[in-house]
Amino acid sequence: MEKIQKDARSALDGLLFDGMTIMAGGFGLCGIPENLILAIRDSGVKNLTVISNNAGVDGFGLGMLLNTRQVKKMISSYVGENKEFERQYLSGELELEFNPQGTLAERCRAGGAGIPAFYTKTGVGTLIAEGKEHKTFNGETYIMEMGLVADLSIVKAWKGDSQGNLIYRKTARNFNPMMATAGKVTVAEVEEIVELGSLDPDCIHTPGIFVQRLIKGKHEKRIEQRTVRQRETA
Amino acid sequence: MPWDRNQMAARAAKELKDGFYVNLGIGIPTLVANYIPEGVDVTLQSENGMLGMGPFPYDDEVDADLINAGKQTITELRRTSYFSSADSFGMIRGGHIDLSILGAMEVSEKGDLANWMIPGKMVKGMGGAMDLVAGVKRVVVVMDHASKSGEPKLLHECALPLTGKQVVDMVITNLGVFGIERGKGMKLIELADGVTLDEVKAQTEAKFDVALKN
Repeated sequence: MEKIQKDARSALDGLLFDGMTIMAGGFGLCGIPENLILAIRDSGVKNLTVISNNAGVDGFGLGMLLNTRQVKKMISSYVGENKEFERQYLSGELELEFNPQGTLAERCRAGGAGIPAFYTKTGVGTLIAEGKEHKTFNGETYIMEMGLVADLSIVKAWKGDSQGNLIYRKTARNFNPMMATAGKVTVAEVEEIVELGSLDPDCIHTPGIFVQRLIKGKHEKRIEQRTVRQRETA
Repeated sequence: MPWDRNQMAARAAKELKDGFYVNLGIGIPTLVANYIPEGVDVTLQSENGMLGMGPFPYDDEVDADLINAGKQTITELRRTSYFSSADSFGMIRGGHIDLSILGAMEVSEKGDLANWMIPGKMVKGMGGAMDLVAGVKRVVVVMDHASKSGEPKLLHECALPLTGKQVVDMVITNLGVFGIERGKGMKLIELADGVTLDEVKAQTEAKFDVALKN
């Protein structure tokens, strides 16, 4: 079966429907599937539940889907970089479920691994724990969190091959590997599609079984906070 | 004189021990990296998926794929490793990180911490803070002693939604240092140079014992 598609639009063909749940990899704007997000915006699909650590910034990344009001609900850990998000949420136009970042990562990992729920100490005694099952193990209290799956996962990797094997680069890996496992269908965009056999099998981060479709994207890779130091002059 | 941001960071750096794996939060905690004592080797963890965080890059080294949890561009070191968010929080939740230094809006005398939301006003989210305080072996808070409007931030009970209950071991403010025995109570153990006990009492709601070291 051919996994490589010619562009983001064809890679999403037949996969999108109103009211669906989409997982999107990335941390801030680092390692986000920017081409696929753009194609989702252009498709006009709406009432989306989007699971992603952050919500992009105004006008870039997932922020684009907020501007067009395509998102009904976000499941995220931190949305502080997006003023439009804050405005829509405080005015009641957007639903929001905050998850602690590690809990969100583990929910995706569990969902993809067929684990319906797990216990964690994170959030015990906070708003996050309200309404959740509490259980004591070895004298410590834990809460139960559910695994997450999505109708579609969109991820960004550095290199991929025709089998869908993926390698990420540096901190652009973040949520992408778990989300790739937790989509009923996973579409990946990569910077480079390489010849089969040229990725070291010992170094593949996401085995191709998790990836159904693949495109080579064009990546702006916008930087949120360019922080530099000065060279000392001799 | 109360401590400034850099002096608070320098004081927090004294909590670092040789061989520690450490997670530093955003703001003043980030500055702690500038004051790592001579001869103390620490490895900085960034919860977005990196161990062995290096300094900010030179202008021509900036790499969009290499950022810290504050979304700032950084560099790698020879010891660096990268991993997924699930592995990263496995390290954190699993108790493998020795020390977390983070900021706060409020801390209670029993060690409760609030730093992630102000209902109806500020909606940013907890990010990794709830996981860090639940899983890291030792938690040190660095914050101003009072809010910008002069309200105490060290309280009997936190008024804001909690990040964690009984999770803080030490608080370093611009006025001094408090040790906390989780769930029991707090002690003032150091004063900033020139700050008096009366000044601290005037700006603190929390009950605390005084056990000054010098």
